[in-house]
Amino acid sequence: MIDFGYSLSKSNALKIENLDDSRFKALHKLEPDAYKCIGCGSCTASCSAGVFTELSLRKTLLSLQRGEGKGYIDQLQSCMLCGKCMLVCPRGINTRHLILSICKIYSVEQ
Amino acid sequence: MAKDNVVVIGGGPCGIEVSRNLRDMGYTPILLEQQSELGGHLRQWDRLFPEGVDARKVLKELTSDLRGVKWFTDATIDSIKKSRKGYTVNVDSGMTFESKAVILTTGFKLFPAEKKEEYGYNIYERVITNADLEEYFRTRKDSRIQDPKTIGFVHCVGSRDEKACNRQCSKVCCATAVKQASEIKELFPEATVYCFYMDLRMFGRSYEDMYLNAQKKYGVRFIRGRVSEVSEDIDGKLFVKAEDTLLGKPMKMKMDLLVLMTGIIPGESTAQYSEMLGIERGEDGFFAPKDTILEPCRTKDAGLFIAGTCTGPKTLPETLSEARATAIQVHNFLSK
Repeated sequence: MIDFGYSLSKSNALKIENLDDSRFKALHKLEPDAYKCIGCGSCTASCSAGVFTELSLRKTLLSLQRGEGKGYIDQLQSCMLCGKCMLVCPRGINTRHLILSICKIYSVEQ
Repeated sequence: MAKDNVVVIGGGPCGIEVSRNLRDMGYTPILLEQQSELGGHLRQWDRLFPEGVDARKVLKELTSDLRGVKWFTDATIDSIKKSRKGYTVNVDSGMTFESKAVILTTGFKLFPAEKKEEYGYNIYERVITNADLEEYFRTRKDSRIQDPKTIGFVHCVGSRDEKACNRQCSKVCCATAVKQASEIKELFPEATVYCFYMDLRMFGRSYEDMYLNAQKKYGVRFIRGRVSEVSEDIDGKLFVKAEDTLLGKPMKMKMDLLVLMTGIIPGESTAQYSEMLGIERGEDGFFAPKDTILEPCRTKDAGLFIAGTCTGPKTLPETLSEARATAIQVHNFLSK
């Protein structure tokens, strides 16, 4: 290719129609509540690990829904499974179980 | 021309308005209120959203002309019996009324904030409810409100919350919070006021203007995140935990005053009347109408009507409109 002295920037937009959600569908089978999140952030606010690390279940779940898992799965490693997020979730999601299932489906060592 | 009696149970705005309208149509409404004054929850309000109309004035107007309405306070219903002719309503004072139609306007109850223990109502001194704040606006008396510098409003307390067994949105608390946040800023101009919300439901006419005003004129700061817990330090200051979900960061803030926006839940008597009269209730505990779209004020029983917040959260104008609509429905039924 001729070098014209400039390059094209890669689009930063989320291509929602090309999204590969096969793994999220598998997760949804294990966790029927996976789509119930309303993104209130109570889990992140109460998270014992989230104060010190980037861990945020709300962000992780939303990113996985959008097919953007990268990085977020590693963050789940700092979860201590204390279950405080489960106590505060207004939608009654079993967040501890959800975290374990995410690790299982997205094949991260537990 | 003396037309029939119509028994109306519950003397809040809905019961009053339905009675006035039936009276105007020539009926003799018998309005029964269990408390010692008419007006229901409206009596506890100072100013009404969205324009800030004086609640006392509205109540006064509603109750100013009750000629032709037979109204009784301190009237607790003992029993309602259905017969072929209609209903026999027995009041505990010994009064008995016969009527072909009965309208239940039994209203709602505010969610008891102490049930959400993690927010510390009745545990921490400076945690109050929306009802407490409205009372303060009316009386300017509350030892918990001492020139606060940082004030937080917690939306959805006991609403949209499966843990509190109330999945429903209470509809009016968002608008109330924005109203109260603006009003308290007016009283304490030096204070910083925050609203912690999940979704801001500014659905009514001019509500969006009220929201804009809260941002522009009063500088109320809106944080999209639900408060997860509250604690107290040794000086009685409150620590509030929430996530700023738009920023994606957990936050911890110090507050001098926290206002819990308690939601609307079915009134105490809803279950009782449901059992007494066989009215079905929804999963949320409110009365279920015969048809939610076409017949929102009717029950399976042709002579038994339901109106106002006993069928779910409503604003005051919505309640009053429903009261007027119900009066017509009752008239149609009685003139058949």
